[in-house]
Amino acid sequence: MTAGGTEEAVTDVPAPRAAAAPGAEPRSFGARLLGPQRRNLWFWLFVGPFAIGLGLFTYVPLAWSVYLSFFDAHNTVSPAGSDFVGLGNYGAMLGDAAFLGSLGTFVLFTAFIVPATYVLSLALALMVNRLRFARAFFRSVFFLPTACSYVVAAVIWKLSIFNGVRFGLANTVLGWFGTDQTAWLSTTDPPWYWLVIVTVRLWLQAGFYMILFLAGLQRISPQLYEAAAVDGARPGWQVLRHITLPQLRATSVAVVLLLVINAFQAFDEFYNLLSDARGYPPYARPPLVYLYYTALGRDQNLGLGSAGAVILALIIAVATVVQARWFGLGRKEE
Amino acid sequence: MHDALTRAGRALRLASLIVLALLFLIPFYLLVRNGLATERDITAPGWTLFPHTLQWSNLTEVFRDPNLPLGRALLNSTLIAVSTTLGTVLLASLAGYGLARIPFRRANVVFYAILGTLMVPAAVTFVPSFVLVSSLGWISTLRGLVIPTLFSAFACFVFRQYFLGFPKELEDAARVDGLGYWRTYWRIVVPNARPVFAAVGTIVFIGAWNAFLWPLVIGQDQEAWTVQVALSTFTTAQNLNLHELFVAAGVSIVPLVVVFLLLQRYIVAGVERSGIDD
Repeated sequence: MTAGGTEEAVTDVPAPRAAAAPGAEPRSFGARLLGPQRRNLWFWLFVGPFAIGLGLFTYVPLAWSVYLSFFDAHNTVSPAGSDFVGLGNYGAMLGDAAFLGSLGTFVLFTAFIVPATYVLSLALALMVNRLRFARAFFRSVFFLPTACSYVVAAVIWKLSIFNGVRFGLANTVLGWFGTDQTAWLSTTDPPWYWLVIVTVRLWLQAGFYMILFLAGLQRISPQLYEAAAVDGARPGWQVLRHITLPQLRATSVAVVLLLVINAFQAFDEFYNLLSDARGYPPYARPPLVYLYYTALGRDQNLGLGSAGAVILALIIAVATVVQARWFGLGRKEE
Repeated sequence: MHDALTRAGRALRLASLIVLALLFLIPFYLLVRNGLATERDITAPGWTLFPHTLQWSNLTEVFRDPNLPLGRALLNSTLIAVSTTLGTVLLASLAGYGLARIPFRRANVVFYAILGTLMVPAAVTFVPSFVLVSSLGWISTLRGLVIPTLFSAFACFVFRQYFLGFPKELEDAARVDGLGYWRTYWRIVVPNARPVFAAVGTIVFIGAWNAFLWPLVIGQDQEAWTVQVALSTFTTAQNLNLHELFVAAGVSIVPLVVVFLLLQRYIVAGVERSGIDD
C-alpha cells in the first residue's frame, strides 16, 4: 500500500479501494488505527505537532489556572491542600472594587476607541478608494503605523506630543494661542489622559482597519452604483447610506468584533503611558493591567490572578459566542 | 454646475487626505527630530522644525549606554522574531494542510478544538501561561519567549482556508506520479502557495517584533530583554535621557519599516484574510 493515493478524489472509488470502506472486512486494530492508506497516521503527522503544542500551551495552562484559582497561592504554582479556599478567590475578585473598576475602564475605553476607529478608518478607506492617483502612496502612509509597536508609539506620545512640560508638542501649539500648559497624563479632572490613550491606539490601528474596509469596498459591484445613478440617487450621502454601508455590513461586523476584542486586551499603551518609576496610578487600569499587578506584582498572588484570568476568559468567550450568534443570524436573513 | 461641484468635492477630499497624511506622519518626524537632537535642543522653549545641528553621534552613543542594552536587545528581538516566524509558519501550515486535505473522521473535532482557542486570546491567559512556563524553568530563556507563542490558531485557520481553495488538480497529478502526502506538500503545495506563506510570515514577524506583554512577563533578566522591554524600562528610568530614548526607538522600528515597505502587498493580503470570517 503506498502512502497517499489518488483515491480521495471525490468521484467513484475504484473496486480495490472498496475494501477500505468501514466495516467491509474485519481489520486488525493496528490497521484500523492507521486508517485507510495510513491516512490517520498522515493526518497526525501534519496536524499533531501543532495540536499538541496548542493543547500544551493553551488548554493545560487554562486548566491549571482553574485549579489554582481555588487555592491561596502566593508565590507558588503548586499550593498545598491546606491552602484550598474554594470559591474564595472568585468572591474576592468580584467583590474587589478595583477589579470591577477595571471592567468599567474597559467599557469606557471601548466607548471611545471603537466608534473613533470605525469612523476614521471607514473615512480613510472611502477617500483613498476614490483617488485616481497617488492611491498607493496614501494607503502606505495610513498603513505605516501598523509597523510601529505600542511601546515606541507610547514613547512618542508620552515624551513628545503630550509631554506635560512646555516643550511638549501639544503644549507648544497651545502656547501659541496663549493657553496654559496641561499635564496630559497626570490630570484626572478633566481626565485628559483619555485623549492620549485613545489617540495613540487610533493612530496605530486605523490603517489596519482601513485595509479591511478597502477590501470590502473592492467587493461591491460597480453595477449597484450605476443602478443607483439611474434611479437618481445623488452621489455622496445617499449612495453611501443606501448602497455602500449596507454592502459593507459583513466587513463592519468583523471590524467591530476585532475592535472590541482588541480593546479588551489593551495593556501595552496603558502600561507604557501611565506607569513610571513610582508605579502605576490608581486610575485608568484596564483588566489586563489590573491582572498584571495582582498576579505578578509584589504579592505574586497567583491564585487570585488565576481567578481573574478565568473570569476574563469566560467574559470574552461568552461575548464572542453571543456576538457570533447575534450577527450570524442577522447575516442569514440577508 | 454639477461638474464644478464634483471638482470642488474632489479637491476637498484631496486636501483632507493630505492633512490627515501629514498628521499620521508627525510621530515619525518626531522620532527623527528628537533622535538626532541634543538634549538641550529637545527641551529648548519654542519649536524648531529640526535641531540646528543634527547630532548623528547619537546613533553610536546609544549603543554604549549600559542602562539601555540596545545591541543585546536588538539581537534578542531578531532571534525571537525570526524563530517565531519560521516556527509558526511551519507548524500552522502543516496543520492547515492536514485539516484541509487529509480525510480523517474526527478532523472536525480537532478543527473546532483549535478554533475554540481563538475565543480565549493568549493575552487574557498570560497568568496561566506564566505559571506553566515558570514551572518549566523557562523564565528569561529564549525557549520561554518563543515556544509558547508558536501555536497560532489564527495562522492555522488562514492556511486551512487557503488550502481548501488550492487547485486540487495539481496535487492529484503529484499523486499519480506516486508522491505521498509529505512529498506532495513540500514539492507541489509549498512552492505554489508562496503568497500565503509571505502574508502569514510578515504578519507574524511584525507581531513578534512588537510583542510586549509576554516578553515583559517572561524576559525578566536584562540579558533576556527584547528591544520593546528595554525601551519600556528605559522610559521609566530615573534620569531619563530623551535624545537617547528617541534614537533607540527610531533604531528599533528600522527593521520593521524595511520589511513593511518591501513586503507591503503581502501584509495587505494577510490583513484582508485576518478580518473576514467566511
